[in-house]
Amino acid sequence: MAPGLGWLVVFMVVPSLLVLAVAFFERGVYGGVDWATPTLENFRRAFDPLYARIFLDSASDAGAATLIALLIGYPAAYAITLQPPRRQTALLFLAMLPFWTNYLIRTYAWIVLLNREGLINRVLIGAGLAAEPLPILYNSFAVVLGLVYNYVPFVILAVYSALQRLDPSLAEASRDLGAGPWVTFLRVTLPLTASGVAAGAVFVFVLSIGNFVTPDLLGGGKVQMVGNLIYDQFLSARDWPFGAALSMVLMAVMMVLLFLNAVAAAGAARGRHHA
Amino acid sequence: MRRLLTLQLGLTFAFLYLPIAILIVLSFNRAGMPTAWTGFSLDWYGKLAASPKIIAATRNSLIVAASSTAIATVLGTMLAIGIERRRASPKVDALLFAPMIIPDIVLAIALLTFFTLIGATLGLYSIVLSHVVFNIAFVTAVVRARLKSFDWSLEEASRDLGAGPWTTFRAITLPLILPSIIAAALLAFTLSFDEFIIAYFTAGAGQGSTTLPMQIYAMIRFGVTPEINAMATIIIIVSFILVLTAQRLNRGRLPGP
Repeated sequence: MAPGLGWLVVFMVVPSLLVLAVAFFERGVYGGVDWATPTLENFRRAFDPLYARIFLDSASDAGAATLIALLIGYPAAYAITLQPPRRQTALLFLAMLPFWTNYLIRTYAWIVLLNREGLINRVLIGAGLAAEPLPILYNSFAVVLGLVYNYVPFVILAVYSALQRLDPSLAEASRDLGAGPWVTFLRVTLPLTASGVAAGAVFVFVLSIGNFVTPDLLGGGKVQMVGNLIYDQFLSARDWPFGAALSMVLMAVMMVLLFLNAVAAAGAARGRHHA
Repeated sequence: MRRLLTLQLGLTFAFLYLPIAILIVLSFNRAGMPTAWTGFSLDWYGKLAASPKIIAATRNSLIVAASSTAIATVLGTMLAIGIERRRASPKVDALLFAPMIIPDIVLAIALLTFFTLIGATLGLYSIVLSHVVFNIAFVTAVVRARLKSFDWSLEEASRDLGAGPWTTFRAITLPLILPSIIAAALLAFTLSFDEFIIAYFTAGAGQGSTTLPMQIYAMIRFGVTPEINAMATIIIIVSFILVLTAQRLNRGRLPGP
């Protein structure tokens, strides 16, 4: 056990603690870290209106992507559970398969589809639905679409496993008591799978808000996520302490969301117990 | 209702697979662009094979993926057996869960900071060291899933019959869990071969350590070129084959990324 855990400590825990430390110092004159001057300035700057704006904008894009991914992924996962067991495994595998191919390539596929000369514009113009190419690439729309595309499989997996854990006799009981399929879904299935779904949603949200590739390639430099901001601090602006502070704020957001979800799930479990 | 749900599932699969399918079809189009179908051609594949940059980047990616997979498979398997034999602790679980949920960019800058502060010169080896982090987590998850149904009394029986711990591992435990170890290794290889952001930050400034995803990123930023379609097709097909083989070996169980 020791070598594996040791590897994670040396190459994950220690580097993360270093980033935390760096966030509390001033940047050096030539771009490094000035270890002689501790400061809280980096965190203050992270909440400066300029950067808070980017945080909020990327939170709203990431939120939109999460919501749409849930709206597509939940019914798809539900439809998979209605299939015969053998086919369920195959369908779930097919849903996850794109996730295992190169992220850059999956994102690039949308540049091919959405650009001015791309397939979607050609089809729209050919069908007479648009007079000139629509500006559907290099904006928030393309970024959200790209995020949804990349993370829908993730939602399907999370919802499917939540539905798997559900006791089928509960829905049966609800139907036996005269509830229609919609009422059964809204009053039994959805609440009982909510915490599994919310856990999936937290991941999609955090991976979206911390994303760098999708806004970079599909946003054409006009859409910024917190991920791009961190990237810039390290590779362009060379302000590592500020980039470190931004990373820590991002991690804090993620931990708060995961914590709230865990508390809500525990509360729901207790509620069921007393009922 | 059932019909509507099945239709929705069909549409979701179309959404997931059509963009990939279009890339694959375009890679065989003589004109290369979606403007019109101008005939079947393998020209773009030929262009790819003739590019020294792409050959070098592919070689680098193979080295990184093979090395990080080898290290992670050994360490991850040991870790999985160690955890499943005793009882898992929440701390160890958290440590193994972290690489899967920390945004890539955060792990990437953390590793860059770490390597820079210890004064390391970056190169292919630092990408390998970094990729082992998330690969250990994946290998451990896959092997642990198999060990959940492992009958530990087999090990006891082997020891009672006088076999030492190493003989027991080699003759009993390893053969039984080998399919899932190979499955884990195939998945780890795929992940490492395709990984971009962490490699980008830990590769250093030298041209010598450009991996294939880094090369693809540079090409995409330059614009839509038909060579990318051809390369995408090869990568998609190879990863599909690797993941399909892993799924077969692992009897249908695959962990989520």
